[in-house]
Parts: sequence; C-alpha cells; structure tokens
Amino acid sequence: MRKISTVKELTEIKQAFTDKRQNSQNIRVIVGMGTCGISAGATPVWETIRDAAEKAGMDNVSVLPAGCIGMCTYEPIVEVKEPGKQTVTYIHVDAKKAAEIFEKHIKGGNPIPEYTIGGSMSGLEDIDFYKKQKRVALRNCGVVNPEDITEYIYKDGYFGLAKVLLEMTPAEVIDLVKASGLRGRGGAGFSTGMKWSFAAPNQADQKYIICNADEGDPGAFMDRAVLEGDPHAVLEAMAIGGYAIGATKGFIYVRAEYPVAVQRLNIAIAQAKELGLLGEKLLGTDFNFDIEIRLGAGAFVCGEETALIASIEGYRGMSRNKPPFPANKGLWGKPTCINNVETLANVAQIILNGAEWFKGFGTEKSPGTKVFALGGKINNTGLVEVPMGTTLREVIYDIGGGCPGGKKFKAVQTGGPSGGCITTENLDTPIDFDNLVAIGSMMGSGGMIVMDEDNCMIDIARFFLDFTVDESCGKCTPCREGTKRMHEILDRITSGEGSEEDLTTLKDLAENIKSTSLCGLGQTAPNPVLSTMNHFEDEYIAHVKDKKCPAGVCKSLINYEISMKCRGCTLCSRSCPAQAISGKVKEQHTIDQSTCLKCGICMNVCKFDAIIKK
Amino acid sequence: MSNQCNCGGIIKENDPRFAELKGFIDSLVGTKGKTMPVLQEAQKIFGFLPIEVQKFIANELEIPLSEVYGVSTFYSQFNLEPKGIHKISVCLGTACYVKGSQAVLDKLADELEVEVGETTADGVFTLEATRCLGCCGLAPVMMIDDEVYGKLEDISVIPEIIEKYYNQRLPK
Repeated sequence: MRKISTVKELTEIKQAFTDKRQNSQNIRVIVGMGTCGISAGATPVWETIRDAAEKAGMDNVSVLPAGCIGMCTYEPIVEVKEPGKQTVTYIHVDAKKAAEIFEKHIKGGNPIPEYTIGGSMSGLEDIDFYKKQKRVALRNCGVVNPEDITEYIYKDGYFGLAKVLLEMTPAEVIDLVKASGLRGRGGAGFSTGMKWSFAAPNQADQKYIICNADEGDPGAFMDRAVLEGDPHAVLEAMAIGGYAIGATKGFIYVRAEYPVAVQRLNIAIAQAKELGLLGEKLLGTDFNFDIEIRLGAGAFVCGEETALIASIEGYRGMSRNKPPFPANKGLWGKPTCINNVETLANVAQIILNGAEWFKGFGTEKSPGTKVFALGGKINNTGLVEVPMGTTLREVIYDIGGGCPGGKKFKAVQTGGPSGGCITTENLDTPIDFDNLVAIGSMMGSGGMIVMDEDNCMIDIARFFLDFTVDESCGKCTPCREGTKRMHEILDRITSGEGSEEDLTTLKDLAENIKSTSLCGLGQTAPNPVLSTMNHFEDEYIAHVKDKKCPAGVCKSLINYEISMKCRGCTLCSRSCPAQAISGKVKEQHTIDQSTCLKCGICMNVCKFDAIIKK
Repeated sequence: MSNQCNCGGIIKENDPRFAELKGFIDSLVGTKGKTMPVLQEAQKIFGFLPIEVQKFIANELEIPLSEVYGVSTFYSQFNLEPKGIHKISVCLGTACYVKGSQAVLDKLADELEVEVGETTADGVFTLEATRCLGCCGLAPVMMIDDEVYGKLEDISVIPEIIEKYYNQRLPK
C-alpha cells in the first residue's frame, strides 16, 4: 500500500471501507479470539466455520477474529452479522455447535436460539453485564479485527494523530490532555498531561516514550485485552505522546506471558509502517516516530518505572531512587515518559472528542472510565468498563451478578498485592482513585477479586505476601527481609502456631516496611495484611487465640467430622486416600483425626451432606 | 526441535546452535540494550541457559559474565537447568487461588512425584507454579505447554490429562 501523506487519503481509506461494509452482502462471522477465547477453545470453532464455508463454496462468508469481548464466562463467543438483520450472539460454542451454526444459520438462514444467551436470542448489549458499562478504552475490543489496520481507520483510527500533527502544537496537545484530567490507569493515578509536561521542556538529542505493558497484578488483564483487541489504539497514542514531548522513539515493554498480544502488536506496527503512520515523516510532516517491542521475562517489579527502564537497558530489573525522575533522566539517561496501556487507549479519543467530552464521564477528580477485571467468587467473570463514580455494589451485583451458589459476599480485593480489601460496609462507595484510598485500598491497575464466606482472609493476605516475597527485587532491606518475616508470621498463624504477640509484630513490621522501602512495591506490600487486620481482626484473633479458622480454609485448624445424617453408604471410606474413615455398612461412620489429611474428598463425595467441617 | 534438548547440560563448543545464536546477535547491530533479547533468543535455541551459553553471550556482547549471570538469574523466565519435554504450569494468580488452584498443584505434585519447580526423573514433565495466566474467567487453570486447561475444580480429571501427554512424550 501507498504511504498516506494527507488527511484526505486517510478519509478515503475510511470511506472506501465504509462503502464496502454498507454495500456488502457478506455475512460476517466474528469469533472472540483473545487469550481467554483461545483458551476456552475458540481456535477449533474458527477453523470449523472457515473450513465449512470454504467447502460449501460460500465466498460471501468472512470469518474474522476479534479481541476480547469481555464476557469470559460465555467464551467461546461467536457473533453472526448478516446484512440488514439483527446480530446473533452464540455463547459456549464448540466445534460441534459451530458446525451446526454454520449449517442451520449461516447456510440455512435459521438462527439457533438455544445457543444464545439464556436461549433468548438477546444480543450482548441487552444483558445486565453490558447495560451499565461505558466503553472508551475498550471501545474497539471484540469489535474490530485487530489484525487489519483499515478496520481501525474505519473506527476513526489515526485521525487523532492526524489532528495533532496537522492542527496542533505540542504544547496544545499537552494542555488538552491536562484539561481532560486523564490520570494514569496503571495504579498511581498521576495526571498524564502533567507527566508529559515534565518531559516536554527537557532538551536532549533523544527522548523516549514507553508504553508500560508489564501487566503483573494477579487478576488484572485489561491491558492484555487492549493490546490483543485494539493494538493500533496504543500505537496511535504513543505517536501522539511522542509528538507532545518531542520523542521520536517509543518502546512497548510487554510481558512475555502475552504471546498473542506480542504477535498482534508486531502485525500492527508493520501495517502502520507500511501506511506511513509510523516511521519517517508521518502524514507528510517532519515528525518521525518509530516503535520497538521489548519483552519482559517474568519480573513483577519491572512494572515500576525505574525498574522497567533498567530492564530495557539490559540489566536486572531493580528500581532506584527518584529523583531524578524519568522525565528528566530516564532510558539511557534521556528524558522519558512512561504511560500504561489503558491510559494510552484513552488518548486518541480525548484528542478527537475534546477534554469536556471526557470529563462528561466519571467524577470531578477522576474523569473518564476505568476497566476492571472481575474475578474470584463472582458469577460473571470478565472485563468491565464503567464510568468512574460507579459504586462497587453496582459492579459486583448489577454487572457481576453477585457470588455464585448463593454464598455470602465477604470482601473484594482491589489493587492486587498493593491494595486492600473492601467489605460490605463500603460497597456503596463511588469508585475513583481518591475514594478507594480513603477506604483503605487503592485502584491499582483494576483487578477486582471477589471473596465469599469460604475464603479465609489471613490465607489471602499470606497469598499476597507470598507474591511480594517472591517478586521483591532484593535491593532494599525493608522489602527484601521485612516481607519475608511478615510471611513467616502469617505462615505460623495459618498453621495454628501463631500468638497474640505475633499480631503486634506483624503490624509494626508492616508500618516500617511501608515507610522505609525504596519503591512502590515495598511501600505497598504490607497493605493486604494491614487491610485484612483492620477489617477482619476477629478472624486473626480466632486463628491465634481459639486456633480456629472461621472460613474453614487453614488445614491445620480444621477437622472433618461425620454427623448423624450419615446413612453408612461407605462411599466416603472408599474414597478416602488415607483410609482414615471407618464404619459398618448402614451405620454412622467416623473419621480418625490422627490419620485424616483434611483433603475434603469425603465432603465432596458424600450425597447426604453428612460431613461437616469444623 | 532443538528446544527440547534434554542432554543434561553439556553443550559442546562446536555445537552448531552457537552459530545460530551468533547470527541473531549480529542482526542486532545498532540496537541498544541487547542483553535481554539475546538471552531470550538463546533460551529459545538451547531450551535453557547453561553457563557455556552465558559465557558465549558475554564474549559476544563484550560485557562481563557476571552481568549476564546477574540478568539470567534475576528473571523468572530464564532457566539455568534443562526442563522436561512438557511444562505444566499451574496458575496461582489470585482468581485461581481463591478457586482452589493449590489443590490442583498438590494433586500434580502427588501424581508426578515431584516438588514444584522440579522435573520428573524420566525428564518428561516439569511442574511449575506460575503467576496469573490472564484467563481468570476459567479459574482454576493449568497450562501444559501452550494448552490451557480451565475450570479444574474437580481435580480427579488430572491423571487422565497427564496420561495423554505422557503418551506423546517423544518430541514431535
């Protein structure tokens, strides 16, 4: 393809694609092929429909991949779009169903209602999961084919870059982003416009813009969804940022665990270069901008700015003291701006629609939307994007559908290993950066893990500490040694050997680590412990004083017993791996506590609910 | 495929794979910060990073071996020991953990008679615990090579899955 050098040519591409789509009699079959879709088996589904269409000689059927639609519970998802008809969305599709969908619907023209949501033929937009959502960062995810740049241009892609390069000065771009109030979605919530304004005035022969795609919070996967579903949005925003701060080179530092994202980014970069939207003299101006991908190698700390820079430079990913801030001395000592994926995904929209439009969503101090990854004990797991200011209750109950199995909601953990848990009493808090901090947690990158009555909060705190102990880079002592000691104490408590004194030590350690660690990882590592101690003190006391785990999780503190309900069917004694259950047929059985492994198999197999956990 | 080498770590000086690695290093002329990409490529070629390979990289990049070793030991994805033919990774991310992935890991350790991080004596399986694999909707999840197995709440299906891989233990 010819390089684009004017807005007119960009408009022509958009127009040509619009015409093609409007006049086309083609049936478009869209298969959700983000990592979740692929894991759930989308590839054979895609192949089945593609092969069937080919075999039937139906060249009016195009089978297209799309990124994450956000509704993980329903994957694999297939949408059939026939011209002039309502889109039909099929869920939980496998190869067999795909073949049937092809025969009956695509070929035969008769949709199959029983494979749609609730058998009701309702589209994704009709269900509660989507009703309260507002998609800005995820606007194209699951909608466009991420491997085709013309689809992105059709959705106004690269028009933001064109506007910036041809109509605005760098200072105007920064002012606009500042005015929009966009704050970094990676965790800290720092103003993006301010960040750009720090790097812009620094004189240097080279400046850099880095996209931080080292998404490491366990339970957060919105950045992956954006990279897989709408990679061009990130590239365009990086070029806009580059123009604003005067950088001609960009790096995307992405986790090696995201192979699909890397592949789509590579395709996107190659396509953008071919059209002259990356490379030299973008859109016929004198602005050059190029992007290189660098892979991480499994180190959580590299999400921290200075550690990330060290990693790209080829060193151990260890953080350093700030100042100097990266905006002054960053990658290879040059002024560098680092922005998170989701933050960047908002930028082109702000340029095109203006600061006031963006401020139309969200709260005064946190405008816009935020993507959350809903997971854990919740009915509708998936990615949701809601305006800031939506309450936690709306997200967990209206969108997420509450806890499965009628279990009681206990807490929601936000902010991953740096955040804290939020309990029922704060569920009506409108979510934004400042409110979450005020109730003892934080936004983080947007992971939202729901826990129910069956989760032990000390076990959860220990799990997060286990994570930070592993991921501490080891440079500063409070983080390296302190988190380890905290972990040991939590280990003791969950194995029934904790004392009340341990709780005091734990709190002291936590406060010290928070105030003396070098970087964000250590400064926030004690949060899960402090927050669970704050909200669930009774559980901690039950563990150390009564030697009981109220949630029945900590193995050393629970016993399985057989109640009067036992009919003597012998199923449990036959299933017990330790032969710890004895009893005669048709008589109540008993468990020998000294040999019981507390694996819980007996409880799972019992048909009479006779096994109780104490 | 070369990355399935399980020779026990003795790599000879005249191994042709060094030439392949050298070709990659030469292709990076003018690139800054080569260490990570070179180590990643080396691991792709050799399957792991024995000291001989690290020495070679240090020489080629003209940096001290200590620096190369520092990097290769810092990041969890770099392996200094050879790995089994099939890699089983159990996700211990938050979502999987609260849904019981520890039981999945315990079951595998039990079945394979290895500890986490170890390779079975026959060199077929390496068992690893991993951070969030990003498919929290399918929790609890394990991954064997590139294949994801989700919703493993019922751990009794695990032996059967392993069996399938054991039967195809020979490199393709």
